[in-house]
Amino acid sequence: MADQAVIGGSGASLLPALARRSEAVVIPLAALVVGFAIFAVFLLTQGKSPADFLGLVWKGAYGSAFSWQNTLSRAAPLLFAALCVALPARLGLVVIGGEGAIVLGGVAVGALGPAMAHVPAFIALPLMAAAAMSVGAVWIGAAGALRHYRGVNETISSLLLAYIAIALMNQLVEGPFRDPASLNKPSTAPLAESLRVGNLPGMDVHWGLAFGILGCVVSWILIDRTTWGFAARIAGGNVRAAQVQGLPVGRLILGFTALAGGFAGLAGFFEVTAVHGSANASLAAGYGYTGILIAFLARHNPLAIIPVAILLAGFGAASGLIQRRMGLPDATILVLQGFVFLSILISDTFYGRYRIFAPERWGR
Amino acid sequence: MTRRFLPLSRRRFLHSAAALSGATMVSGLPRLAHAAEPLTVGFIYVGPRDDYGYNQAHAEGAAAVKEIPGVTVVEEENVPETIDVQKSMESMINLDGASLLFPTSFGYFDPHVLAVAPKYPDVRFEHAAGLWTEGMPENVGSYFGYIGMGQFLNGIVAGHMTKSKKIGFVAAKPIPQVLLNINSFLLGARQVDPSINCQVIFTGEWSLAVKEAEATNALADAGCDVITCHVDGPKVVIETAAGRGCYVCGYHADQSALAPQLYLTGAEWNWANVYTGMVNTILDGGTLPNFMRGGLAEGYIKMSPLGPAVTDAARAQFESTKEVIMGGGYSVIKGPLNDNKGNVILSEGQALVETDVALESMDYLVEGVIGSTS
Repeated sequence: MADQAVIGGSGASLLPALARRSEAVVIPLAALVVGFAIFAVFLLTQGKSPADFLGLVWKGAYGSAFSWQNTLSRAAPLLFAALCVALPARLGLVVIGGEGAIVLGGVAVGALGPAMAHVPAFIALPLMAAAAMSVGAVWIGAAGALRHYRGVNETISSLLLAYIAIALMNQLVEGPFRDPASLNKPSTAPLAESLRVGNLPGMDVHWGLAFGILGCVVSWILIDRTTWGFAARIAGGNVRAAQVQGLPVGRLILGFTALAGGFAGLAGFFEVTAVHGSANASLAAGYGYTGILIAFLARHNPLAIIPVAILLAGFGAASGLIQRRMGLPDATILVLQGFVFLSILISDTFYGRYRIFAPERWGR
Repeated sequence: MTRRFLPLSRRRFLHSAAALSGATMVSGLPRLAHAAEPLTVGFIYVGPRDDYGYNQAHAEGAAAVKEIPGVTVVEEENVPETIDVQKSMESMINLDGASLLFPTSFGYFDPHVLAVAPKYPDVRFEHAAGLWTEGMPENVGSYFGYIGMGQFLNGIVAGHMTKSKKIGFVAAKPIPQVLLNINSFLLGARQVDPSINCQVIFTGEWSLAVKEAEATNALADAGCDVITCHVDGPKVVIETAAGRGCYVCGYHADQSALAPQLYLTGAEWNWANVYTGMVNTILDGGTLPNFMRGGLAEGYIKMSPLGPAVTDAARAQFESTKEVIMGGGYSVIKGPLNDNKGNVILSEGQALVETDVALESMDYLVEGVIGSTS
């Protein structure tokens, strides 16, 4: 059946190809609209105007150059955090402990800071990034290893590892790596000015955004355009079948979880080098958990993570304006996220149900 | 493309529109001077503004500022100490026209306030607890209060009320501000009876309800019968301790509503007084110093009204000590004083008054405190 489009030649296949591809866009968008609609009812029960709300989301998140920069600044760590969920998900693994890898990646950077103070930035920064990625890779890779070698559920283990990571960070930042001058907020020593990552040219958004997008593109290529990605998708679809085919399932699990953790560690690297300037408890800001939401909304497609992260970062950017202008509590945006999340999860069941997206069923 | 440049002109438009409406609103009121330049003040909180604690204390200050004619207050809660707070500040400036900001969490100061302030030289940034030093942006100020004095007074009442001679303290992190509060609480109690000890448990986090409840229960199990705390939201500690039948002393804000019978008193911030003072100074065309500190006498802190359980003897010593503190120059930390590992901190005759900066780098627990900083 699928051959028909190919046989049809380029001109004739344009419409069917478009129809097939649009399914992955139309269904999530429709789900988004439905989620908003339910939320609008919620707003009405609170006596607030949904139109005002949307207007403020627009104004706060996308309505001006400042708003865009606000949104994009918030999106940067979310891209990495979402990759940490999306990559293992292609193997059928649900990893939700990215927060731990972010935090420890940041601590690694903070700890290396003093030693790197006099090393040229073009050597020091890649080394620090590599350290952050390695720590993150070990952390999430550990959840993968537990899964592969001991059969421990990776969802639970990665979540528990995140709590351990945060406790470890507190211990390290308040103990061995503490800058004695950081009195009331225990932190590692401030990074040298040369080791601070700056903003993208002409924007008030740091380089983490560019690398986050790059990470998404690289991940997409890995999953969609390499035999490794293909093998991972097979293992994710049916692990027995993959084993029977002789695919190295163990190495795939370890490799993908480690890479996922590496991306999360990179988020920690940018948080410390571009935002905080030292590692401290503020690293545990919940990016890892928002990343779960984004990855699921993007259906674990690394390219789709980019717009979804920008969407959710926009909600975050608008959240303050909504608090200020509508007198709604901070949790309002969480309610919206909840409705959208549910609606998108439910929309998963609609794939393949509509003839309009399936050219091979047209005219029957 | 013109859209992108709109916000600036729009902001200006809002300014003048607000000026007009402000002028018409206030014209009949006595403070005419305010009508000339309406002021938008932004408050940012790290947690919920009704946490019965740190954030609520600031929100009560914001509510008082709201009452000043010609002043608009915008608020945001639950803003983490990340790029988020930088953008929240900028959003208040760019979209709401705020020209005075109170980012109230300690962790907002470095690097966030220090990063944003140079971009907006016309905006005033006032930060709680930060240590402004020479060389930092001139449009940044830091203010804080000597609330250790309040914990000292808490301790005096606790010293009278404890029967087990053991009082308890639930603390967030072993940092100077918290250590000073713990030590002050114990030293207050020892004014009453030098045999009293204070057990401390650190939860490791500013806001972690489960651990706060565990710590409170552990203190009650260990025989502590008066409990206080230094965490962001004391609600859990107060309710848990009262549930175990312990007396409680409050912190940050007034928690008497949570335990009406067992609440003794509390060390509270008096931000309403401080903030209205600062805003009025600005409205009257004055400038604020970059570094502001104050205690009971200056109205930076206050004590909750004494609860029904407080005995007459406790009340008398509380009131008389408070009066001495109000006179200024009082020292809670004075020699002879050892830490709880036996090292000499101060010898006979040495004393650190409440304003001494040495107190802001405290790293010890005094003799009589059961617990460890690491």
